[in-house]
Amino acid sequence: MTARTLAWALAMPALLLVLLGLGLPVLATFATTFTGGEGPLAAYAEFFTSRFRRVVLWRTFEVAAVTTLISLVFGFAAAWVVAKSPARLKSWLIIAAVFPLLTGVVVRSFAWLVILGRGGIVNETLLALGAIAEPLSMLYTQGSVIVAMVYLFVPLMILTLVGVLESIPEDLTDAAASLGARPGAAFRQVVLPMAVPGLIVGSVLVFTGSFTSYATPQLLGGEQQMMMGTFLYQRAMVTFDWTGASTIAAVMVVVTLATVLAMSRLAQRLNPVAS
Amino acid sequence: MRRGPHPALAALTVLVFLFLLGPLVIIIGASLSDTSFLTFPPRGLTLDWYQNVFEISAFRRTMVTSFTLATFGTLFSLLLGIPAAYALARYRVQLPRFLANVYVLPVLIPEIVLGFSLMKSVAIGAGVPVMASLLIGHALLVLPYCVRVVGASLNGFDFSVEEAAVSLGCPRWRAFFTVVLPNIKAGVIAAFILAFITSLNDVSVSIFLTGPGVSTLPIQLLAHMEQFFDPTIASVSVLLMGVTVAVMAVIERTLGLTFLTK
Repeated sequence: MTARTLAWALAMPALLLVLLGLGLPVLATFATTFTGGEGPLAAYAEFFTSRFRRVVLWRTFEVAAVTTLISLVFGFAAAWVVAKSPARLKSWLIIAAVFPLLTGVVVRSFAWLVILGRGGIVNETLLALGAIAEPLSMLYTQGSVIVAMVYLFVPLMILTLVGVLESIPEDLTDAAASLGARPGAAFRQVVLPMAVPGLIVGSVLVFTGSFTSYATPQLLGGEQQMMMGTFLYQRAMVTFDWTGASTIAAVMVVVTLATVLAMSRLAQRLNPVAS
Repeated sequence: MRRGPHPALAALTVLVFLFLLGPLVIIIGASLSDTSFLTFPPRGLTLDWYQNVFEISAFRRTMVTSFTLATFGTLFSLLLGIPAAYALARYRVQLPRFLANVYVLPVLIPEIVLGFSLMKSVAIGAGVPVMASLLIGHALLVLPYCVRVVGASLNGFDFSVEEAAVSLGCPRWRAFFTVVLPNIKAGVIAAFILAFITSLNDVSVSIFLTGPGVSTLPIQLLAHMEQFFDPTIASVSVLLMGVTVAVMAVIERTLGLTFLTK
């Protein structure tokens, strides 16, 4: 057996799993969007002319973008401190970030039901303090979805950025300082440009993750705050509109892939080390 | 001289970590409350809700399903993923470069799209039974972890050691099991455990594939939450956090938790 045949023989089973288990079914879903409607593009025409669908798509964009932005700011600040911490403290902080990351999305979203619910901690506290007379309804608002979503994705952002920030040599900022740069200037002109590729990777992970999430908008947003993921589920399993569900799926895939491609382009262009 | 972070930045970081861990502490507290509704801080302390978890047959059943599915889905994925990772590392010249990207496609395609498509084409279209569809879905979901983590440890392996064994007359398959595999053991264990926890926690793929009589623990939790809002859910959550702790201990022993920052 030649090395080439052996290599393909070893690579083939996993390749078949991806092609038959993911490739074909996803292509079939795409095909449904072109054949399921009245004409070849009818399903998309229906999607984009429906006000409700546009609202859902826009809301999903908005929630994902705001989540990404907040996670970026807080994740970067925390990752900076973690990366500069002494070894012992650093490993504890990493443990504290990994723990929620590896805890399931249902558990982590459920926590916010307990916190933000009608009889939840926030309401109980405010009532006891006499700050409000009636419990506030915070669930099923865009705000509650965003809070839970940020909670979901900040650990991912921290862990991505810690690795990136650690790889920036201390010598570089020292050199900038010895050449007379103030700490602020050294940060802006040396650290930030070098961290940009990492910031982009983190943002892509958070944006695509929140854009396609299901459990969190389901639990904290409900019907009122329908997002693409919950909308897909509702179309597929409640109204059995498979063409509609497939169209939502196709739009999600296009948005995800476009984000990944555009951002990796951008990362390449902005990377000061490569090119 | 090294200066610590700016006090404002340090304070912000403390707040971020309180934000990360606070809700989990609240769940632990809520699971111990002797009230019939969820509340924090707990009024009186009791472990009854933990007992209740095991008294509800739906939780017992789905727990077994979830652990079985996570174990066998991951093993299946490793069975296909290890040879693939080996081929990618060992036969770099013979295989096209895009192949590595094909194996991580399940990360690029939204999970919920994968779940929906599998339901449509595999579970309903091809009439594959519920448990088998779930197994395929979960194996796909974790394949990227298997290929990547095993691949990372294979990249640190010096294949000339394997060549030496082969040139001394050791059959190839035997050289793999006695020379290569022991050297990448840590990577394989870490891949298993990361894949296991991913599969155990999955919602987006499973929600479409669970059928009459067969459900997984996270899906059952979602269903339970819609009807009851008692501390039982908090107790299940704490038990799942226990699994997370075990998983972290294994990762720390094998690759070290800092592996997750790379």
